[in-house]
Amino acid sequence: MSVANTIPKAAAVLGIVAFAILPTAGLPAFYDSFFYLVFFWVSLATSWALLSGFAGYFSLGHAAFFGVGMYTTATLTTKADVPFLATVPVAAAMAALLGVGIGAVVFRMKRLRGELFALLTLAVTFVVATIILNTPIDGGAGVFMSAVPMPHIMPTQTGTIYVLGFLMCLATLGITWWVAHSRLGMGLFAIHDDEDVAEAKGVPTFRYKLIAFALSAGIAGAVGGIHAMYVGFLTVGGTFELTVPLYVVLMSVLGGSRHWFGPAVGATVITALLYAFISGGEAMVGRAVVALVLILAILWLPDGVVPAVKAWLKRRQRPVEEKHHAEVIPVVPEGPRTIGTRHILEVRGAAKRFGGLQALGGVDLDVREGEILGLVGPNGSGKTTLINVISGFYPLSGGTIAVDGVQIGNLPAHEIARRGVARTYQIPRPFVNMSVLDNVTMAATFGGPLRNQSEIRDEALHWIGFTGLAGKEQALPAELNLHERKFLELARALAARPKLLLLDEVLSGLNPAEVDNAIRLVRAIRAQGATIVFVEHLMRAMVELSDRVAVLNEGKLFALGAPREIMRDPRVVSIYLGKAYAA
Amino acid sequence: MMPSATLLGQALISGVLAGGMYGLLALGLSLSWGLLRLVNLSHFALAFLAAYLTYEMGTTYHIDPWWSVLLIVPAMFAIGLVQHWIFDRFKVNELASLLITFSFAVMLEVGIQLYWTADYRRFETHYATWSIKAGPFYIPVLELILCLVAGVLAWGTWLWLRKTYVGKALRASAEDADIAAAYGVDHKKLAYLLSGLGAAYAGVAGTFIALIATLAPAQIWAWLGVVFAVVIIGRLGNPLGALFAGMLIGASESIAMAILSPAWAPVVSFSVLIAILLWDPEWS
Repeated sequence: MSVANTIPKAAAVLGIVAFAILPTAGLPAFYDSFFYLVFFWVSLATSWALLSGFAGYFSLGHAAFFGVGMYTTATLTTKADVPFLATVPVAAAMAALLGVGIGAVVFRMKRLRGELFALLTLAVTFVVATIILNTPIDGGAGVFMSAVPMPHIMPTQTGTIYVLGFLMCLATLGITWWVAHSRLGMGLFAIHDDEDVAEAKGVPTFRYKLIAFALSAGIAGAVGGIHAMYVGFLTVGGTFELTVPLYVVLMSVLGGSRHWFGPAVGATVITALLYAFISGGEAMVGRAVVALVLILAILWLPDGVVPAVKAWLKRRQRPVEEKHHAEVIPVVPEGPRTIGTRHILEVRGAAKRFGGLQALGGVDLDVREGEILGLVGPNGSGKTTLINVISGFYPLSGGTIAVDGVQIGNLPAHEIARRGVARTYQIPRPFVNMSVLDNVTMAATFGGPLRNQSEIRDEALHWIGFTGLAGKEQALPAELNLHERKFLELARALAARPKLLLLDEVLSGLNPAEVDNAIRLVRAIRAQGATIVFVEHLMRAMVELSDRVAVLNEGKLFALGAPREIMRDPRVVSIYLGKAYAA
Repeated sequence: MMPSATLLGQALISGVLAGGMYGLLALGLSLSWGLLRLVNLSHFALAFLAAYLTYEMGTTYHIDPWWSVLLIVPAMFAIGLVQHWIFDRFKVNELASLLITFSFAVMLEVGIQLYWTADYRRFETHYATWSIKAGPFYIPVLELILCLVAGVLAWGTWLWLRKTYVGKALRASAEDADIAAAYGVDHKKLAYLLSGLGAAYAGVAGTFIALIATLAPAQIWAWLGVVFAVVIIGRLGNPLGALFAGMLIGASESIAMAILSPAWAPVVSFSVLIAILLWDPEWS
């Protein structure tokens, strides 16, 4: 354990202990109240970041979940005489339920864009507020909580509220830390960067988003439940204020919404700032100043304070030597090819329509274990569409697809990925905010068999070395050139240990030396026993690599056979070059 | 209990006319969102700033709103230019534009509250209550004029976007700014023009808000949800769509108020919005 790691940990423990014993120190109630507000905003901002920062779905509806929590506690304590503490979990559950309900509807939308999600959640806030206002839950008169007994955790009321807020804050940060360092967090970060790719790499995106939404809304609900007790008098106008989403977003964006601790930093700064203005009697000016800070933060610190500080520290540190499992691309002797008799891929009558356009019109294709099958055809012949339906990116319009004997035709893409299908993209689509190592680790985590973390890391480092990217582990994809990005695509696909590897034009855009390199790499991959289907325009690579070549034309299988025969087939030449050249 | 046919008819007329305001407010938003990919939440704050200025000029200096609008609209146009300079300088994306303009709106709200206080203000004019009687129905004149102005602006903008080079260039840039630039479209200049225009429309809307509504700083946020619903239902960047969607929402709210109760009105627009989004997510 290095010193650099020990200091923050010791500071965290000291801080927790200090805050825990603070109410016994006999400070004026003013401090209890101030620190409660800090805890309150830290919890709320952090919970917002769980969905909106991690997964990138910006919500402006946090007031809805928070408000549902407040009114749940208010209703249960005042109308049903439920003890206050027992209502807090119910408040969390109600808010989480609302979140999951919204998510279950909106996350099914195919083209849910960021700002649309923001406005939808805002719309939900208005709807919830209107319903509460017009039903006996509030009825327009507000709800008084003054008669609700406060549990005697601390001798004073403010002390009790302080302790509750503190525990809530601690729990929120704990949950968020855990998420950020778990499989769930890895999936959410991937969703943030490129949701389609995350799904194709095996992340159950829909479920993960719902879990994140439930956690985020649930925490906000619990915070609201406690806050109802703090404010003592609830009104719809005061609860469902636009200030809540504004501040929550501001705090998270300021501190860094993709870091588990970022929102806490932002919340502390802003709360102190607001409190200073309010105690100076300038609440309105405070609001304006906060708004100005938000503008400046977005313009100059788009990633937030915590990531900026981390980047600065990283630049000051000497680079740590990575332990490599790197191997230079192995030269594999051209031995006898071992093609099994088992069919890894069976496509039967695969059809895909886009509106009136028939992109695939009933393709039949078998690929045997250990085989390299080349897929060629003129532009628009359906090659990439075929890759897309096999990997589950598009649902099939008709026909069936089986991988290793299992029907995958109608499974979501992440299920297909887990059944051993990996793909690369013609234009590389790395997760832009993740390092090379994280990109590959992520693919190994979600695509491959279940392993412990160090095995996954070793696997990732192995494939990074295998594709010649050793030394670039900590680089961000933006720092790589096209050639390297293509190889990162390959490393990600390989780390999932696929039974079937789908390569979409890995060679396009590479120079001749890079092409040679890539061809060697594909051979090496095959030598490890993978079955490969690859789309390629480069005929030299097609002939050198493939055992068989399938020609698609106008969405149909046009010809299938050994590469040299296919290339000489006059019918194939004619669809490429026209009839005149076919003779 | 169903209200009478006359009451429903009157509700329909008032709703469609009130929807003209939604349409007018939605117009500027729809243009900047659809064609510049900027979500301008401060649009409402600008409209209210214009409304307060109209009020101020009318009550303090006794300038008729039909004259003060000639000062206010160019001023708003200038504010639109300044806003766009910030977006342009920092290459602001959609989401960031939402947050920045949200903050800008808060700052304007604070400014308005500091100057005009949080009290309700009402600009009394002698024509505020004029109305035409058509059969059993009353048609308020001011709202009718508002709808006509909104209609002319929406239709004119629509023609401008459809028929002229500038309009086509703008739509091309919205599709793909780089490709459009390669074909010689000066996107930057057009974007400034459009931003100014959007803000100017907020100025026009503000004048009518001063005449029709009661002013309070917090009212800035009152229409936000509804108007965004209108923008999305009318499809982004489509001026006529914005107007028709505004009237549709206005009418359905008004009928809901007549049948249920006024307090339920917000649920209607958002339910319509959510329904439309789920029914046809292929909007752009």
